[in-house]
Amino acid sequence: MRVLMLGWEFPPHISGGLGTACQGICEGLAASEVEVLFVVPKAFGDEWAPRTRVVGANQVGWNEEASVGPKSRTSVRRAQLQLDPQVGWNHALGAEVLATGAPAAREHAQPTSFVHSYQIDSPLRPYLTAREYSTWVGEADGHPVEVDLPPGSAPPFPQQRDTAGWLEWTEALAEEARLQAAPSTWVHHEFAGGYGGDLFDEVARYARVVAHLAAQESFDVVHGHDWMTAPAAIAAARAAGKPLVMHAHALERDRSGTAGDVRVQALERLGLVHADRVVCVSHYTANIVHHDYGVPRSRLRVVHNAVTQKEQRAEWHTRRLVKDPIVLFLGRVTMQKGPEYFLEAAALVVKIRPDVTFVLSGSGDMLPRMIEYSAKLGLARHVHFTGFLRGKDVERMYSMADLYVMPSVSEPFGIAPLEAMALDVPVILSSQSGVSEVVTHALKVDFWDTRELANKILAVLEYAPLRDDLIQSGREEVRRMRWEARGSLLRRVYEELMP
Amino acid sequence: MTAIVFYFQIHQPWRLRRYTFFDIGKHSDYFDDAENERILRRVADKCYRPMTLLLEELVEQHQGAFRCAFSISGCALQQLEQWAPETLEIFQRLAKTGCVEFLAETSHHSLSALIDPEEFRAQVRNQHERIQRLFGRAPTAFRNTELITSNAIAREAEDMGYRAILAEGADHILDWRSPHYVYRPEGCDRIVTLLRSYRLSDDIAFRFSNKAWASWPLSSETFRDWLGALPEKDDFVGLFMDYETFGEHQWTETGIFEFMRHLPGAVLSDPRFRFATPSQVAADCDPVARLDLPNPFSWADAERDLTAWLDNAMQRSAHQAVYELAEAVKATGDSDLLETWRRLTTSDHFYYMCVKFFSDGDVHKYFSPYATPHDAYITLMNVLGDLRRRLGVPLESLLMP
Repeated sequence: MRVLMLGWEFPPHISGGLGTACQGICEGLAASEVEVLFVVPKAFGDEWAPRTRVVGANQVGWNEEASVGPKSRTSVRRAQLQLDPQVGWNHALGAEVLATGAPAAREHAQPTSFVHSYQIDSPLRPYLTAREYSTWVGEADGHPVEVDLPPGSAPPFPQQRDTAGWLEWTEALAEEARLQAAPSTWVHHEFAGGYGGDLFDEVARYARVVAHLAAQESFDVVHGHDWMTAPAAIAAARAAGKPLVMHAHALERDRSGTAGDVRVQALERLGLVHADRVVCVSHYTANIVHHDYGVPRSRLRVVHNAVTQKEQRAEWHTRRLVKDPIVLFLGRVTMQKGPEYFLEAAALVVKIRPDVTFVLSGSGDMLPRMIEYSAKLGLARHVHFTGFLRGKDVERMYSMADLYVMPSVSEPFGIAPLEAMALDVPVILSSQSGVSEVVTHALKVDFWDTRELANKILAVLEYAPLRDDLIQSGREEVRRMRWEARGSLLRRVYEELMP
Repeated sequence: MTAIVFYFQIHQPWRLRRYTFFDIGKHSDYFDDAENERILRRVADKCYRPMTLLLEELVEQHQGAFRCAFSISGCALQQLEQWAPETLEIFQRLAKTGCVEFLAETSHHSLSALIDPEEFRAQVRNQHERIQRLFGRAPTAFRNTELITSNAIAREAEDMGYRAILAEGADHILDWRSPHYVYRPEGCDRIVTLLRSYRLSDDIAFRFSNKAWASWPLSSETFRDWLGALPEKDDFVGLFMDYETFGEHQWTETGIFEFMRHLPGAVLSDPRFRFATPSQVAADCDPVARLDLPNPFSWADAERDLTAWLDNAMQRSAHQAVYELAEAVKATGDSDLLETWRRLTTSDHFYYMCVKFFSDGDVHKYFSPYATPHDAYITLMNVLGDLRRRLGVPLESLLMP
């Protein structure tokens, strides 16, 4: 079985948890003998997962007569899709295939059939908001693009950016992809905005490339991740006449509360409503999808995230000599993550245990306010702000902590607590999180109940048998959460849709 | 003749209220009176009252030929006296008929037999006196909490003067033997053990309303026929179950009351059967063999062991922490404080901390007032923290190293 999978990032080039989850999904599917063609806006070449081929939309070439430099005006005459042979399916190999983008392979490939003509660069990130996108684009150079399109084909961008407008455009796009057999009749068309447009232009551009790719690739099902892939996924499924699975990792409502971006919600709706199956990362998310978008439960499936098994990182287990307990918040400092509840609980805890230090790690729009709030709560001596941590510093921070707290207001899944558990750190979770559905050996609390949160923080610090249970049983529990098991669940979802 | 021995267990714990770290030293109001009252009244309405009235009817109707036994924990008796005295009166009327036996157990449905022999004897004595006071007759047969039994526990019961101890007819104890005979535990001279016939008991207690069960719906006649198929020589059949089976676990709509209404008549229509109480069987039947019960075992879960209460580190440490206070509590001579502490010895508090979520966890969850086993642990430990403070006992043993 083969899946055309559409995502926005793939390790190691990730900005959020989505890429890591996608890699896990691919690993899990590989264990169930499902092959994946994974299309991201821009592939760097070192993405890797067994039985998975990662293709950047930037590697999907439209043959052009005039080769152009990276920053010059790109003119595409014959819009015939062609794929770098080096990234083609390799049935013999499985794992090896994926070294597709080993630098040597790319060097070899580029001068021949692969023509860099339809660059979809990577301003697209899973957690980017439209506003953040404009900031990003403002800093980048514009790359206006011209292409030839068949007569009667879809306009380069949807005219109406609501769900209906996107659907209409997506269907036209699928039609165009199916009809691309007669390139000589195509007429010249100019992309109006090039890269200077907005995030939604990028979504459309990505969709166009994917639709054409889908028309010439062979696969059994299309699987798209989150709202940004919705038009691409629908266009691909329609162009190839294959079933569509959408995967809900995070909803706009989780990111922005009730006041979400209506343009994002339009795309979210598009994908969720038109998918044959919607895979949700938790029952928590499935309920929201059902209630907010009216997707019938018969089309909803829950496949929880798992943990990519890493080696034991004993190096971090050397603890400090002098030891006052550390309670850790680590995540984006945004409304969704509930940092203020962490601080309010801290204020209660230090009244009883003044020796406890609270560490708030991460950056985000609420950070300045949180610094002020901690001062207002009289916590200056007890709270440290580390700012954004990356890589090894994250692991080091986890392993220094005696307790990890995730007080999220709304968390579709939330993989971080599992990482903490894998590093032998006890965890307190918000009950308003998907991960709380799969974890037994963690304490759970309603995010707004700061008194109960404080009670539980104190309990972990005071009661050694509780702490030991959370550490030891928690570690075993996380070890059992394998992507392999999730992969076989996903395969079953695909099989439901096979003719 | 084969005796049919019904024994019904009644117990209600004193559930704790949500007691946080911030309550320690502020107040010592540990028990959730409102919730305990609500549950007791509900179960009394659905089960205790209607079922006991039915049994009263059956005793009357069969003119002494129908008999059964009860064990009602001290905690449950206290709650009945407090919130459902009219239901308690029905039990008292039943006691007067002479057809119903009341067994002894620990007053607080505790696991004291496993950890504190002195406290165990004290709780059994208390319960013995309470039964005598409420029902006018001193108990002569004994059941330990959750039927937890061993050679040593049987010996204790024997020393306290009981003639019979009830236990689970566990496969690992019986091996090839039949549960339908009277045995004598190793190391005992006078006491006998009566074993639960778990298949027939669970047909009523668990499977009765299961529509996927091949024998659903179970009629009194069918059950009588199953009994009739047992070997003629069997001395007795022990049908031991929670009283809440009737009306609470198996709702009225399942027909459980109708089943029980007709069962005595159906059974007595076969002249081979009689109903008897445990002490009667102990008096009438000689033990056929000795039975070695080296390790305590129970009637709970699939394992029939103690892991429902004392398995993980939280359960063991919390249980230990309760009994560590025994001496200090008794030294105060404060009977209210002693009663409060004893309510913390109740096995249910440790049952709620069970994390065996896979095979039996759903049953545990059903009975737990807490969202998670960890919540149960934290609450009890906080309560013990306050109790320690009142007693002036330091908390050090539990602090982080």
